[in-house]
Amino acid sequence: MEKQASQTTPLVQVKDLCKYFQISRRDILKAVDHVTFDIMRGETVGLVGESGCGKSTTGRCITQLHPPTSGEVYYEGQLVDVSSRQKRLAFCKKVQMIFQNPYASLNGRMTVKEIVGEGMRLHFSYSEKELDERVEELLNRVGLSKEHMSRFPHEFSGGQRQRIGIARALSVSPEFVVCDEPISALDVSIQAQVINMLKRLQRDFGLTYLFIAHDLSVIRYISDRVVVMYLGSVVETGETEELFAHPLHPYTQSLLSAIPVADPDVAQANQRIALKGEIPSPINLKPGCRFADRCPRAQERCRKEDPQLQDMGGGHWVSCHLAGER
Amino acid sequence: MENSQKPEEILLDINNLTFSFHTYGGVVKAVRGVSFQVKKGEIVGIVGESGCGKSVTAQCILKLNPEPPGFFEDGSIRYKGEEIVTKSDREMRKIRGMEIGFIFQDPMTSLNPTMRVGKQIEEVFVGRPEVSKAEAKRRAIEMLKLVGISDAERRYSQYPHELSGGMKQRVMIARALVGKPGIIIADEPTTSLDVTIEAQILDLLKQLQKELGTSIIFITHDLGVIAKLCDRVLVMYGGKVMERGSVRDIFYRTGHPYTHGLMHSVPRLDISKDTELEPIEGTPPDLFAPPAGCPFAARCEYAMKVCYEAQPPEFPLEEGHASACWLKHPDAPPVEWADGGKGGEA
Repeated sequence: MEKQASQTTPLVQVKDLCKYFQISRRDILKAVDHVTFDIMRGETVGLVGESGCGKSTTGRCITQLHPPTSGEVYYEGQLVDVSSRQKRLAFCKKVQMIFQNPYASLNGRMTVKEIVGEGMRLHFSYSEKELDERVEELLNRVGLSKEHMSRFPHEFSGGQRQRIGIARALSVSPEFVVCDEPISALDVSIQAQVINMLKRLQRDFGLTYLFIAHDLSVIRYISDRVVVMYLGSVVETGETEELFAHPLHPYTQSLLSAIPVADPDVAQANQRIALKGEIPSPINLKPGCRFADRCPRAQERCRKEDPQLQDMGGGHWVSCHLAGER
Repeated sequence: MENSQKPEEILLDINNLTFSFHTYGGVVKAVRGVSFQVKKGEIVGIVGESGCGKSVTAQCILKLNPEPPGFFEDGSIRYKGEEIVTKSDREMRKIRGMEIGFIFQDPMTSLNPTMRVGKQIEEVFVGRPEVSKAEAKRRAIEMLKLVGISDAERRYSQYPHELSGGMKQRVMIARALVGKPGIIIADEPTTSLDVTIEAQILDLLKQLQKELGTSIIFITHDLGVIAKLCDRVLVMYGGKVMERGSVRDIFYRTGHPYTHGLMHSVPRLDISKDTELEPIEGTPPDLFAPPAGCPFAARCEYAMKVCYEAQPPEFPLEEGHASACWLKHPDAPPVEWADGGKGGEA
């Protein structure tokens, strides 16, 4: 009975998560607005959207780097609570994060051993020798070696730094890792090395990922399910194959058609759905669908009523008034 | 202007361009013997990773690299038959903007924040008494409209911080176009933009190229952008041209292991999730001491002894398609990589 429960309860549940930033007395920036989704154990959920859509803020709220304005995050069915040091430590032991910028996310005054070993010292009572062994093992895992232990971050290239960041995240043997654009700062030929490594580590350690990216090809390649965000709210979510084959929201459709395909015949034949205008500012939003101003199919109703996420069957949810009718 | 095909006129002819920088660590050989031509009305793409010399090559054409520490070691750049390498700064000012336009990578930092947008576009006409102030303004506003900025008269007197990223990039394009140059060099113009905005900008460039008959040199690391926009492609690595050819040559009849690796290391929308990506192992070469042989040899799975010892010349494959790889030497052992690019669909 208990076992079954753990299979059906999602590992992470995000419910009505909101994060508002008060940027002046009058203006409120709604970075994340009523976002709800689940992450099952062992799967990879891709969170995709353009810059400023709130995807990183969502990730940071889940790891409690930002305290949410309202809404809840449940981990293994329990409300996440980091109100005391002890509780925070227990949470950090299970949930870790890989950051976007490998140049800014490593402390330049710490050696690799200190960076990777810092979490272990906090969580485990290893002897110095055990710590050395563990760090070495982790570095080997991410394709670095023992010699790198006493070096400083500035001695490494971007790809190697990202590996150090990954080793640091894995040092406390977490269950769930939030990867916030882990490859977008890297060169093309290095990106594949890191993607392959993340996939291998997931298989070996049974990790669950929330993978945040703006690159749809990468998202499709790595994720089991995809959540598409626009201006702070979820517009569409579904199984990867289903969502890429049958996007229902006009925003997802135009996003998919805008991807530059690395194939001249396809790329030149590809008729993209032109989006007018640019992403509006998330400060003091108008009521109605957030996408209405750029939507090729927007109607009167879209500018008045907020659409809600509706179930289209097969785990495919869309937040669009026109989703049912085609 | 109509699109009639006149006998192809060569606008830009670059021959054996070699450009290096003096640094504290020694001399960095950023560009090592690059040659290519740009014909009227065509879009040439230069693709490569960071540090491969693609931006330096582009900036050499307008002599935008600071000299010193940079210096031309060798080679020539001819624009409409005129040598550029030996031109003085004063002479270059006549070429910049009027003959060759430049779109920079980062619109957030390449516009002057203290100057109104319109004035920055008009800057091209400074020191040209034949263009009156009123005429300059008229042309600036016309350009703003052409690049799809609504309410151009109002935008003309705004400051860059009042515009969004995509809008700033449009201003940059307007600034590059206002002098009606023969060639526009676009150095990663869409890298800092979102996909939907990127698609708008790419469409705009393609449309302008058709309407005005301008040639474009397009620099990017994104093969998808290359596939969409370019007629001909140069693949650069370690300061050298690895492969050149038409887009179809490069994508469907790939002739160089590096190009092949580059294409297979990005996840594509149509590959299965179970196929492992094939990353290019290792890291790019150190240009302080470039390898004696092929710069890619250390990362190449097909590398032979000769690859480490001598630099491969460019072996012609088809008309206009050439690859600098010893595997293309007539005496080389035949090597077939997975599927020669990713053919099939063609």
